Amino acid sequence: MAYTTLQPQAGGFLSRLGFGNKARKKPAAAEEMKRVQFTSPVLPYLFLFPQLAVIIIFFYWPSVQALSSSFYIEDPFGFGSTFVGLSNYTDVIFSSEYQSIALFTAVFTLLVTFLSLSIGLLLAVKADRIIRGASTYKTLLIAIYAIAAPVSGLIGMMIFDQHVGPFVKMMSFFGWHMQVGLNYYDTAFAMTVVAVWKQIPYNFIFFLSGLQNVPVSVREAAMIDCRSGLRRFWTVILPLLAPTAFFLLTINVTYALFDTFGIIDVMVKDKPANNPVTLVYKVYADGFRGNDIGGSSAQSVILMIVVFVLTIFQFRFIERRVHYN
Amino acid sequence: MIKKLSMAAMAVAMSATSSLAATNITWWHGMGGRNGEVINEVSQKFNASQTACALTPISKGTYEEALATGIAAFRSGEQPNILQVFDAGAATIINAKGATVPAEDLINNAGYKFDREAFIEGVRYFYADSKGKFIGMPFNSSAPIMYVNPQAFEKAGVAVPKTWEEFEAVAPKLKEAGYIAMTASQLTWQFTENFFSRQNIQFATNNNGYDSVADTKMNLTDKNLVMMFEKLKAWSDAGYYRFYGASWNDNQKPFEEGKVAMWIGSSGSFGGLQKTATMPFSADFLPYWSSIKGAGTNTFIGGAALFAMAGKPEAENKCVADFFQFLTSPEIQKFYHQATGYVAITKAAYELAKKEGYYEKSPVAEVGIKQLMLPSGEWSKGYRLGFYPQIRSVMEREYNKIFSGETTVQKAFETIEKEGNDLLARFAKTAG
Repeated sequence: MAYTTLQPQAGGFLSRLGFGNKARKKPAAAEEMKRVQFTSPVLPYLFLFPQLAVIIIFFYWPSVQALSSSFYIEDPFGFGSTFVGLSNYTDVIFSSEYQSIALFTAVFTLLVTFLSLSIGLLLAVKADRIIRGASTYKTLLIAIYAIAAPVSGLIGMMIFDQHVGPFVKMMSFFGWHMQVGLNYYDTAFAMTVVAVWKQIPYNFIFFLSGLQNVPVSVREAAMIDCRSGLRRFWTVILPLLAPTAFFLLTINVTYALFDTFGIIDVMVKDKPANNPVTLVYKVYADGFRGNDIGGSSAQSVILMIVVFVLTIFQFRFIERRVHYN
Repeated sequence: MIKKLSMAAMAVAMSATSSLAATNITWWHGMGGRNGEVINEVSQKFNASQTACALTPISKGTYEEALATGIAAFRSGEQPNILQVFDAGAATIINAKGATVPAEDLINNAGYKFDREAFIEGVRYFYADSKGKFIGMPFNSSAPIMYVNPQAFEKAGVAVPKTWEEFEAVAPKLKEAGYIAMTASQLTWQFTENFFSRQNIQFATNNNGYDSVADTKMNLTDKNLVMMFEKLKAWSDAGYYRFYGASWNDNQKPFEEGKVAMWIGSSGSFGGLQKTATMPFSADFLPYWSSIKGAGTNTFIGGAALFAMAGKPEAENKCVADFFQFLTSPEIQKFYHQATGYVAITKAAYELAKKEGYYEKSPVAEVGIKQLMLPSGEWSKGYRLGFYPQIRSVMEREYNKIFSGETTVQKAFETIEKEGNDLLARFAKTAG
């Protein structure tokens, strides 16, 4: 995943990519620096080529193919196809099943993002205060991130198993007879728990390093002004964490939308039946399992549009409120 | 286990490359675990039996992954010689005319004599065209059968039911004895597709979809099918039947633990069940409704078949034909049958296993074959429906809703029929 290499104090990084408020800061040194230029006009493109090639081959080309095949209903082996215009899109959008999957995806994304961000932040704030044995706590909390999605799905499947799951047994003491795989809401609950659990350590690492970058002088000054720890956190620390939080918001939304696929696939055991799944799973189910290339292409184009809109929204409306340094 | 598998694959690959002049052919399959190992063993036996051809089996994950990879490979001209395709995907590959060489043509072209009659009844039509010509070569084949916990029936003092009427009579006693009377692992295969075959009722128009993809409609609001599910729902409410969702294992597990009197599984479950069941078990035919006229016919096979992919040189096709001949020879069929629990698909292999006394030692292994060999009816030969994996998903969704009380049986089947027919209409357009 490319984004794991992004840095948390991403303000500078993202704005260098061309995102964010442009006139934020002018490097004072820029004027004095000599403008470096390539001697040959070809050279910069040569340097860009590997990156561009990867993007074109693995992103643009498949996208264009998906777009073109979304207008056809096609024999999977490529022998015949019928041009159907937009009917793949209308079939999908007006299908009540697709609508309920879209609704679940939205709720699931909101829940997973909110819970994993807030729990990650809470743990980071608490871990930040610990002095003795700090590294042990941190290692324990971070270690979970090393677990691959299908493995965490497998663990979740066992914990929530209808017959032997320890969590299910525990809950039956309280009168809640969970039936993951049969009851829609029980399965949704289990999926959300596992998805959140898997993502907390990631958020924890970034929040923790964000917290450690808050200057001691600022903390001390705040301490003099205000005695309430909660209020200090709310008015001083949190705004300083905003760039980290914004970065994590983007990552977490992407995670909940796409990277939870492995967890969901394992937890529904290959047979979603009436259990909740996300839009990405539906693309997979129709395209790879059902061999309906046109229909699943249309769905993936819809997903592309959703992500596109979401990204614009995040950077236009949320990032505006984020102040870098 | 992965290590073991890759070792086996490597050993096969090595033996393949060692025979220099041999024609190399590849076989993509979707089997894992013990079944995957047996495929490697069968390939090794084939390679050892002759020198002209060298077969390399490659696992491509699950059934669905194998089909998806095979399709992608075909589109880029990199297809294997042999592709394993599962029952629900049969329409996808058979309707793509030009993707495969019909198994029967392949074998006849290679100078062998293909004999349809050599195959047992329930195997003969499922992967064949409407005229009975074999397109795919049936490979791992299974039938939905009923496994029985004899202790439960002993304790309740009742006989094992042959029909659903009998089941209704004994279920209360089984419940009184402290058992769940029945669980079932795959309602789509066992209580829908094979409901039609066992009661000999038409599943879809156009001769169950065999004759044409155009305008095929499913008969899912059939009053008998609706009655079957209304009974299931009533039994579930009364505590005679427990539904644990669409997952195969969730429904099998209580039976293994000895909590269930009878479980509808697959004849192929036999091998695994021997290891996991905590009590002795036996098996019997899938029950049917004696009140339905003409019921009691055979079921058709589940599992998968091997397809010879088109676009390969003559020499390689000859090797594939050689392999298919080898695979259907009685000795290899018997070996495969005993190693995996899948049924023997030829009469000769069945006779051979019988002669050697295999079924006296393990009578359960015979139940599936005998059920497939029951007299067939007009509608017990199979079905050929496009986008069937999705149609099954729709069924699974609605069946869950039936048992959670979100919908009624009648409404559920109306929904399945409508969405299913829409999917069939979509599929008809792929041929366009």
